[in-house]
Formats: sequence, C-alpha cells, structure tokens
Amino acid sequence: MSRARTTQKIAFAALAAITLIVVAPIVLTILYIVFNGLGAISWEFLSQPPRHGMREGGIFPALVGTILLIAGAMLFSLPVGIFAAVYLVEYAQDNFFSRLIKLSIVNLSGIPSIIYGLFGFTVFVVFLRFGTCILSGALTLAIMSLPVIVTTTKEALEAVPRSFREISLSLGATKWQTVRYCVLPHALPGILTGTVLSLSRAAGETAPILFTVAAFYLPRLPRSVFDQVMALPYHLYVISTQVPNMPLPISFATGLVLVVLVFLMNLVSIVLRWHYRKKKQW
Amino acid sequence: MFRRKITETVIEAGIKLSGFICIGFVVLVFLFLLKDALPLFRVYPAGKFLWGLKWLPVSEPPQFGMMPLLLGSVYVTVGAIFLCVPLGVGAAMFIAEVAPKSLKHVLKALVEILASIPSVVLGFIGIVWLGPFLKNMFGLATGMCGLTGSLLLAFMALPTIISISEDALVSVPRSCKEAAYGLGATRWQTLWRIILPSAASGILAAIMLGIGRVIGETMVVMMVTGNAPVIPTSILRPLRTLTATIAGEMGETVSGSEHYFALFAVGLVLLIITFLINLFADVMLRKARR
Repeated sequence: MSRARTTQKIAFAALAAITLIVVAPIVLTILYIVFNGLGAISWEFLSQPPRHGMREGGIFPALVGTILLIAGAMLFSLPVGIFAAVYLVEYAQDNFFSRLIKLSIVNLSGIPSIIYGLFGFTVFVVFLRFGTCILSGALTLAIMSLPVIVTTTKEALEAVPRSFREISLSLGATKWQTVRYCVLPHALPGILTGTVLSLSRAAGETAPILFTVAAFYLPRLPRSVFDQVMALPYHLYVISTQVPNMPLPISFATGLVLVVLVFLMNLVSIVLRWHYRKKKQW
Repeated sequence: MFRRKITETVIEAGIKLSGFICIGFVVLVFLFLLKDALPLFRVYPAGKFLWGLKWLPVSEPPQFGMMPLLLGSVYVTVGAIFLCVPLGVGAAMFIAEVAPKSLKHVLKALVEILASIPSVVLGFIGIVWLGPFLKNMFGLATGMCGLTGSLLLAFMALPTIISISEDALVSVPRSCKEAAYGLGATRWQTLWRIILPSAASGILAAIMLGIGRVIGETMVVMMVTGNAPVIPTSILRPLRTLTATIAGEMGETVSGSEHYFALFAVGLVLLIITFLINLFADVMLRKARR
C-alpha cells in the first residue's frame, strides 16, 4: 500500500512538473512582449502613420485596417453563421442535408489558414475581380470564422430548454416567431461569446490576408471597400522580416498592441459569458 | 395573416440557404483549388511534381518537385508532435484529475491565453529570441532552422491538445472512477489504468487535431525555419514547409503561369493531407462520445 502511495506521489509530482513546463513559457512570453514593447507605446505610436521606411512613427493605418477587416468579416459571417445554426438546431431533421452541413462545418474548421488565403485570392481577387482590397480580405476572414460561430451558436441554442419552445408554439406562435422571440434572445450571450472569440482569431491571422488585402506600406486611410489597407499582423511580419535595421522596440510595441487587441476581445467574450451565466434562471 | 406567412417563408428560405452556404464553401474551396492546380499537370508531369526532389521554380527550365517541401513539413511536424504530445497530455491529466479547483481555473485560463496569441507574434519571438538562443546553444550556422519551428509549433499546438484531451478525461463516467476507488485503487492507479485508457480515443483525436494545426500553420514556419527548399537532412538545418512555400512565393508569381499553378497544386496536396487528418480525428471524437 505504501508503495502505491509513493508511486502516486512521484507520478503527481511529474505531472505537476510537466504542467509547469507548459505554463511557464506562456507567462514568460507575455511578460517578454509586455516589458520590451511597453516603452515604445505612446499616443503618437497609436495615432501616427509609419515613417522613414517604417523605422519610425506609429501603426495607425495598420490598426485601422485590422479593425475594418474584423468589422467587415463580422458583417458577413454573423448572419450566415447564426442562420445556419438556427437551421441545424430548430428546423432540420436528422437527414442527409443536415449531416452534410455538420460535416462541412468540421471540414471548414480544419482547413489551414493559408488555404483560405489561396481560395480568397483565386475567388474574390481574380475570379470576381474585386482586386486586392478590404472586401476580398474581409470575405476571406469571414469564411474562416464561420465554423466557430456556427458551432458556438449551435451550443447556445441547444442550451435553451425545450419547454420554452413548446409554450410559445402552444400559444399559437409560428415557428419563426418562436425562434425570434423565445429562443434567440436567450441564446444571445452564447452567440456573442462565440462571435467575439472567432473574430479575435481572425484579427490575429496573417496568412488569409497576405494575398487578399494586406498592403506593405500605405500610410493613408482607405476610402472605399475596394482599397487596400495595412493590417497589424501583416505589418508585424513585414517589419520583422523585410525591413533591415528595424529598431526592435517598434516591432515589440506592434506585437504588444496586437496581443492586447486580441486579448481585449477575448476578455469581452469571457465577461459576457460570465455576466449572463449569472442571470440565467434555469 | 397572409403577410406573416410570406415573411415566414422568406426567412425560412434564408435560414436554409445559410446552411447550404456552409456546404457550398467546402465544395468551392475544393473546386477552385482544383481549377487552378490541374492546369499544372498539362505542362508538367504529375509524377515529377509528387516525387521530384528539386523545387526550383524560377530556374530554366523550372522544376516543381514537391518532395523537399513535403519532407520539410513532415520534419517540423514530427519534431513538434514529439514535444507537445507528452507535455500536452501530461498537463491535461494534471488539470483534469490532480489540480485543486482554483488552480484548475488559472491553468485553463493560461492555456486559453496561449491559444489567443497570434502566430505572427510567436514567429517574431522566434526571430528575436528563440532562434539566436538555439544558435548559441547548439553552435549552429543559423538559428533559423527546423528545430526553432518545431519548438514554436509544439507550443502553438498545446492548447488544442490540452483542451480536447482534458475534455476526454473529464467525460469518463464517474462510475468507472468510483468502482476503481471502491476496489482500493489510489488516485494515480485510477487515472493511469482506468481513466487514461477510457479516454484514449478522445486523446487520439486531440493529437490528430494538433497535427492538423501544426501542418497547416504558416506564419511561424515562414518566419523561423530559414526558407531553404532543399531535401532536409537534419532538423538543425534550414528547411521549408508546404505552407511557407505558398505564402512566400505567391506574391512573386504571375497569375496563370506554371509557377502559379504549381503553388495551387501544393495547396491542394496540403488540403488533402489536412482533410484526411481531420476526418480521422472526427471519427475518433465520435467514437469517444459513444
């Protein structure tokens, strides 16, 4: 018996050590970026375009570009994603069509981001002749974030008790009225959580925007959806690989802004989830 | 009443259409990649593309042998998986069964933070810190090599492996655990001999999804593996993966050229590989759920 206890102690200590090996680099990575980047962050850095071959100045156009791309992606992926999930949960029977949709969602989520980049390029930029522009990039990111939105919306809808629907239907409401007024409002927090989460991923992605929208250096702001923009992740890629003698603090600060942006979006989704879970009565 | 019926019909059509769009995208991705990949084989033999040992897209005549890139991907992926599977599954075991509740929340939050760090940021850290560090440690000619990529990719695959393995471990029925405890097994014996084997298919799915994530990752490998499209002889040398080749060369090609088609063919191969991996993972997940 005591030998079994000793084994357990050793095994648990080993597992704790492994966990430490996993967790320590996460903390160190964050600290490394924060400490090296914080010094170069200022209001000017956030509000000025890059200057002198990007070795000076700020990241304003890239920041704006990334925000525009996220907004554009959301405009498209949110309605399609929510409707597709509503179809799967509320309307579809377990038939060939609905199983095909589920299989498609699984497949979409497994496709590498660079493939989305190729797809966006050949479809939006070349085939539909949008050119390298915000529209092409946002659509590419939208398709990429679709699986997460559908999956989380599906879960949120499934969490609404069946009795809600039955009562609404028994009062004479139609199917859509039931979904619109009885199911969707209760599933909203879950849907928002998923949406914000998927968009925070889209915000950090570089590969899908490489050939569809990202501009190497473009200090002025876009005037229409058919303009190119700079984007934060691509900007970081450019200044850390393509610009010789790049002052490191600027690169670190750019990385820090990107991490903070993504992190804030995650935080919003966590707070939303937490806030609404508390209010739930069932 | 009549108007309401029309609204209802229109909205239901929209809902159905959205479902159809999801299927449509998968089909479109395949079709459009095929459309731009297949023309390559009209001018360049498919056998030479698949088994060719040289990737020289701008030489005269150009050579599009995919083997160096495929091996580059395999090298980096194998390296990453060796590192992250034991670490990931171990950490998942600790989080699921050993850690007290408060620590559990902190650990899970940290893993989620890791999942949210953009890959380009990790690539940047690879360039400024990890690459030079490994160069000094192993006395390498350059720190931009397969190993740097493997380490960073292992780090990136950890969240996938940990969270899905943890799900699998937690969802092992309580009764199994209690039966083991009732027979006098320690917590470790129960974890090692009962819970882990019961969660095996879920953990396998986690590993497959991790592999899928690693093999499809682009920015990190493009930034830190040195971009040398040659048959890799060691993980300590520069190499180049399928993904990095597409990302790095697409900007230089003329649309409709042989090189352009070749890059789409590389994309098609990558898509098929990840498709098979994910299919396998999905089958395993289904098995785990039963």
